[in-house]
Amino acid sequence: MTSTGKTLYEKIWDAHVVENREDGTSLIYIDRHLVHEVTSPQAFEALRMAGRKVRRPDLTLAVPDHNLPTTARRDAAGHRIPIADPESAQQLAALERNAPEFGIRYIGDADAAQGIVHVVGPEQGFSLPGATIVCGDSHTACHGGLGALAFGIGTSEVEHVLATQTLLLKRSKTMEVRVEGTLTPGVSAKDVVLHITGVLGAAGGTGYVIEYTGQVIRDLSIEGRLTVSNMAIEHGARAGLIAPDDKTFAYVKGRPYAPKGADWDKAVAWWKSLATDAGAQYDKIVVIDAADIAPSVTWGTSPEDVLPITATVPAPESFADPSKQDAARKSLEYMGLAPGTALNTVEIQNVFIGSCTNSRIEDLRAAAAILKGRKKADTVRWAIVVPGSGLVKAMAEDEGLDVIFKDAGLEWREPGCSACLGMNPDKVPAGERCASTSNRNFVGRQGPGARTHLVSPAMAAAAAVTGRLTDVRELV
Amino acid sequence: MEPVNHIEGRAIPFGRKNIDTDVIIPAKWLKTISREGLGRGAFETLRADPDNLFDSETFKGAPILIAGDNFGCGSSREHAAWALLDLGIKAVIAPSFSDIFSGNAFKNGILTVVMPQEQVDRLLEVAQTDPIAIDLDAQSVTTPFQDRFTFEIDAFRKHCLINGLDEVGLTLARSDAIGAFEGQVAEARPFLAQGTGVPA
Repeated sequence: MTSTGKTLYEKIWDAHVVENREDGTSLIYIDRHLVHEVTSPQAFEALRMAGRKVRRPDLTLAVPDHNLPTTARRDAAGHRIPIADPESAQQLAALERNAPEFGIRYIGDADAAQGIVHVVGPEQGFSLPGATIVCGDSHTACHGGLGALAFGIGTSEVEHVLATQTLLLKRSKTMEVRVEGTLTPGVSAKDVVLHITGVLGAAGGTGYVIEYTGQVIRDLSIEGRLTVSNMAIEHGARAGLIAPDDKTFAYVKGRPYAPKGADWDKAVAWWKSLATDAGAQYDKIVVIDAADIAPSVTWGTSPEDVLPITATVPAPESFADPSKQDAARKSLEYMGLAPGTALNTVEIQNVFIGSCTNSRIEDLRAAAAILKGRKKADTVRWAIVVPGSGLVKAMAEDEGLDVIFKDAGLEWREPGCSACLGMNPDKVPAGERCASTSNRNFVGRQGPGARTHLVSPAMAAAAAVTGRLTDVRELV
Repeated sequence: MEPVNHIEGRAIPFGRKNIDTDVIIPAKWLKTISREGLGRGAFETLRADPDNLFDSETFKGAPILIAGDNFGCGSSREHAAWALLDLGIKAVIAPSFSDIFSGNAFKNGILTVVMPQEQVDRLLEVAQTDPIAIDLDAQSVTTPFQDRFTFEIDAFRKHCLINGLDEVGLTLARSDAIGAFEGQVAEARPFLAQGTGVPA
């Protein structure tokens, strides 16, 4: 008997094919395009030079995030505080000019809704289940947490989408990553995705679109699902997907750009039909037991270099693959770590709570729950909390979370990408360590010579309190 | 775009696995609003070593780069492709590439050649002393020692590279089909057609 069932990915794909070509590629319609200041200037420039227009400005949303300082943006008189770095200022100015020139809705630096594109899209109801969503940023997979087919593109593709609202793509292979069981206390969505990255490896998902399934994924909140899908690219998958369900619909409903009235009912009916059919086949299936997932931390310079906080730094010789041994040696040298060191004894000097992976309200609540009534260690020189958007910031302030952070000695900042990547003033000094809720521990990612340990928001908060990588379960 | 077909010359025997785009071009170079001049920042961290391959007498300006598995992983920055181009690289050979990087490379006329590790190892050996040649039309890589390896490439990409075709222009010629699709969506799934409500 041959199966005629389709996966979630195949259903979304089929609903977006403008035309199939003889060579096996398809022209795929793009429903939503998010634009930020780093990967768009050359695309707008190319349109201008060729005399081309943006086909659907109404399906495009522009937000600055990577370069914006997270310190105050307006002085007491309401005037814009100039940005010190002339190149950052130039990129930001280019987006501010390009968006209105091409008729695109622009959420500027002083707008309450401004934030990291991957936080803003879902928050505004611009990102929808079943939609194809692109952005010139590899963490676009984030929106897959809503059940959207979302992936990062390069600047030439940004130009292609602006001009044609389509992309020429080849269908990906499908992988199911099923996380079964129930998470134990202290284990968060971030630990789930770090663990998956450790199991699959940094390239394990290359060529695949991954659908995350299983009880653990179903039990996650929507924000938790966005965290998991956000890091699909860290195990090589261009897109991650989670089937939309009642939680998803409740999350989307009522947001500014979400469908309303009769359109809403029509949307929900379609979204419900998207779940993978019982008889559908994935090209690959990986099953993970929740019991194996502990609060996790990275020790090296690839997100696959991840271990439970209770583990010790591995010896390079412990890896079977000679090139991995070599990579591990280089990683440990860069990280200044000796094999056999207990991870929970590694001292940190910086803490960053933020990024498109972990800057939503639930992330801030998780961090605040650990920090409440506690102080950061004196040895922690710099600890910042950067909300993912102005709306997250306002919500956190309503709940008094900002007061908890400030009382604990952490700085409370304006929204943006911040210390996730070295493009704005928030950087980790060379040779120092940072417990970071971001998504990449690459060499130099948080600043030249910076040593990044990826963790969950609660784990970052715990590290701030003790001044070392810490098992959050000791503090709850 | 410049047509790509025969690429012959020295090949940088780099060989490293999991080279991410932060290594190819660090974030501080992403602040440009132009595509040119990024060669200066290419592999900046590695090139801090005065004995690096990229600036050596032999390999400076070489048109081919031989890398390890998962080349171009990480951030989607197209600056990585622009940086390689500015360095003079026209083709990269590796056992595998990140999906995003290979798309970006293609769109900028850089040929990415996927070959099995043992063939890549052989080319790494040859490249130490001799040039290698890539023939896109024949889908082959050859050395002066009679090695001849063939590789697979997507037919559309091959066609575009050989003819130097601009993908945006090709797709704009399909505007009618795109318009017809938009009409169907507005009918069947109007909620997807709405967006931000700014005038289209």
